[in-house]
Amino acid sequence: MSGNHYAIEFQGVSLAFDGNVILNRVSFGVRYGEAKIVMGGSGTGKSTLLRLTLGLIKPDEGRILIDGEDITDYSEEKMMEVRGKVGMVFQEGALFDSLSVYDNVAYRLRETRVAESEIGSIVMRMLRFVDLEDAAGKMPNELSGGMRRRVGIARALVGNPKIILYDEPTAGLDPITARTICELVLKLRDLEEVSSIFVTHRLQDIDVLSREYVMRDDRGDIVFMHEDETLCLLNTQFIMLREGNVIFNGTDEELRASGDPYIRKFLA
Amino acid sequence: MKFILNAIYQIQELALLTWRVVRGLFRPPLYGREILMQMDVLGVGSLTIILLTGFFTGGVLALNSANTLQKFGVQSVTGELVATSLIRELGPVLTCLMLAGRVGSGIAAELGSMLVSEQIDAMRALGTDPIKKLVTPRIIALVTMAPTLTVICDLVGTMGGMLVSTTMLHQPSSTYLASAKRAVDYNEIIGGLIKPTVFGFIIAIIGCYSGLSTRGGTVGVGRSTTRSVVVSSILIIAVDFLLSKMIISVLLES
Ligand SMILES: Nc1ncnc2c1ncn2[C@@H]1O[C@H](COP(=O)(O)OP(=O)(O)O)[C@@H](O)[C@H]1O
Ligand SMILES: [Mg+2]
Repeated sequence: MSGNHYAIEFQGVSLAFDGNVILNRVSFGVRYGEAKIVMGGSGTGKSTLLRLTLGLIKPDEGRILIDGEDITDYSEEKMMEVRGKVGMVFQEGALFDSLSVYDNVAYRLRETRVAESEIGSIVMRMLRFVDLEDAAGKMPNELSGGMRRRVGIARALVGNPKIILYDEPTAGLDPITARTICELVLKLRDLEEVSSIFVTHRLQDIDVLSREYVMRDDRGDIVFMHEDETLCLLNTQFIMLREGNVIFNGTDEELRASGDPYIRKFLA
Repeated sequence: MKFILNAIYQIQELALLTWRVVRGLFRPPLYGREILMQMDVLGVGSLTIILLTGFFTGGVLALNSANTLQKFGVQSVTGELVATSLIRELGPVLTCLMLAGRVGSGIAAELGSMLVSEQIDAMRALGTDPIKKLVTPRIIALVTMAPTLTVICDLVGTMGGMLVSTTMLHQPSSTYLASAKRAVDYNEIIGGLIKPTVFGFIIAIIGCYSGLSTRGGTVGVGRSTTRSVVVSSILIIAVDFLLSKMIISVLLES
């Protein structure tokens, strides 16, 4: 679509639950290949924002565009097609607990009637990406929190969606596992050019995502690089939500330089 | 006033859910594997409690009625009385009340926990309609299995009645069986099957609706479970009255 720079765009979106305003005329855009990091205290509507993006709930007001397509008034059936372009990593993983890890990851393929012979290799490739090949036969209740999130990521990646929504994928995890998840996000952002919304509270995530990047070296191996003075990462931007309003929208340098007392407290 | 508005809202939501299920029946995909699985879990899984319920109900019917019938010297119709009571009333109602307790609560709890753990949202995010994948198979399973289990309950109950009549009341089993056979009439059986079909639908739709309308996390799942049992039990008993009235006037009174 010509002239459209945004993979995801919110235009003056408002939503209230039982009279409580959750989002108040929220507008922002996520450019192609950009990771938009959404911050804000709990209950400020971060999950709601992602659910709106997926069309799981509809806004009271405003428009939501996915890949240039206005999905605001789409029926559930039409929305199903759009959701094929979007992967979602839910807050606690939201794995189907009656299905094994393998079947969870294979879910979307089975629903779209992909041949069973092809499913195996795709599922194992996804599990290898999140380093969980050995857990394929396990049931979700046998997994640790970090493993559940990683299975959630693998499941969301099936079908190679170009847009991925992460709902606090690192919350409550130890620093090493959280870092592993951030590295997965970096790889998707820098090597696959995935556009994403990444919800988090963790300052460590903010540091990793705004200062590191991934490249392939001459031999084709993946290397992690650190942003230095000469380079500024533009494919990671920040949004801060507070009481239903976007109180900040910009780069990490601007965020760190912000004089807003709420943001200063958040980053302290 | 608020109560009435709320009741109207709930009925409207139930009707909407029913409509979406019916509409979905005519559009692919139909999850055949899920339907079979639910028939197994909800139907076959309930066999034991239905066998026990039927057997003891038949036995106690024979025990109670024989006493009264003896006073009038017509103890020989015990079989007919037991079989008629079971086919018309106790088979359908008891089977379905047991199902409401065992299966309706299970459906509400399962769908409720899937909802609060975002599995329903995950399903939609992955391109599945939860109505078709979760609700429709459960409804089809119960609408078919509730009448099947009722027939089993009726049969086992009649056998239970026979055991009591022959061993405790010293009736010849041939008398009992001959009498019981007289109760087995085409219209009686049709009437006896209409009820559990309707009740099966009630149990499934109320269970699914309660589960999918869960609010307030894990505590809410408990509330939904209780609500599904209470509402479906009361509906079964109330609808039983209406259906009995209809069945008697249409099928049996001629
Ligand atoms: N389905 C719903 N019905 C009513 N209130 C809701 C619903 N979903 C979320 N809320 C409310 O909306 C607010 C924002 O929720 P959420 O988006 O989950 O916050 P966050 O993810 O930022 O912690 C909360 O106060 C929550 O209670
Ligand atoms: Mg949240």
